[in-house]
Amino acid sequence: MFDLAFYILAVLIIGSALMVVTLRNIFHSALFLVLCLFSVAGIYILLEAEFIAAVQVLIYVGAVTILMIFAVMLTHQLTGKTIRQVNDQPVPAFLIVLSLLVLTLLALSKTAWEVASSRGVSPSATELGRALMTIYVLPFEVVSVVLLVALIGAIVISRRE
Amino acid sequence: MTLYHYLVLSAVLFGIGMYGLLTRRNAVGILMSIELMFNSANINFVAFSRFITPNEFIGQIFSIFVITIAAAEAAVGLAIVLLIYRNYKGIEVDNINFMKW
Repeated sequence: MFDLAFYILAVLIIGSALMVVTLRNIFHSALFLVLCLFSVAGIYILLEAEFIAAVQVLIYVGAVTILMIFAVMLTHQLTGKTIRQVNDQPVPAFLIVLSLLVLTLLALSKTAWEVASSRGVSPSATELGRALMTIYVLPFEVVSVVLLVALIGAIVISRRE
Repeated sequence: MTLYHYLVLSAVLFGIGMYGLLTRRNAVGILMSIELMFNSANINFVAFSRFITPNEFIGQIFSIFVITIAAAEAAVGLAIVLLIYRNYKGIEVDNINFMKW
C-alpha cells in the first residue's frame, strides 16, 4: 500500500519535473510545477511529516507558484506563443547532470546508513513548535529577520522610481 | 520503503532541476528549476529525519527553514526579473550581460 503510493508519487514527481524543465511554453511549466510540488507534499505525508506537508501546500503550492505564474504573465507578452526556451548547451548540461547523478547514486549505494530501528511516535506540530521556540529559537528569529529583509528588498527593487 | 528509495528520488529530482537550471534561457524558468532543487533537498532532510533521527526530528526543523529561505529567494528573484524586464524588455538570460565586460 505504502509502496504503491510511493511509486505513484515518485512517477508523478519525476514526470512533472521533466515537464517543468523541458516544456517550451513557460506557463505550462509553471502549472506542472504545481503538480510536482503537490506530489512532494504527498511524499512528506508518507514520511510522517504532516506539518511539513501542510507548510509545503500552503507556501509552495499556494504562494511560490502563484508568484511564478504572476511573473510569467507580467514578463511574457508571449505566454501563448512558443519561442526557443533552451540555450545552446543542452548536451554538455546533460552530461554534467548525468555524471553528477552517477556519482551521487554510487555514493548512496556505498554508504551504510545507520537507520534507527526503534521509533517513537511521529512528531506532532506541537512538538515542532516547542522545539522551534526552545532549542532552535535563535535560528528561528534569524530566519524571520531574513524573511523581513527579503520582503523589504523585493519591494525596494521592484518599485518604480 | 527504505531510506535509499527516498534518497534516489531526491537525487533524480535534483538532477532534473540542475538540468533545467543549466539549459533554460528564461529567468523565470531558472527560478522554477531552483525550486525543484530546493524540494529535493527538503525530501532528503525529511527522509533523514524520519529514518535516522526519528525522535529528535532535526531534519523537519531544517526543512521549515529551507522552505522559508526558498520563499524569500522566490520573492527577491522575481522582483529582480521584473526589474530586468522593465529595463531591457526581455528576460532571456543569454541576452542579459550588462554586468559582464
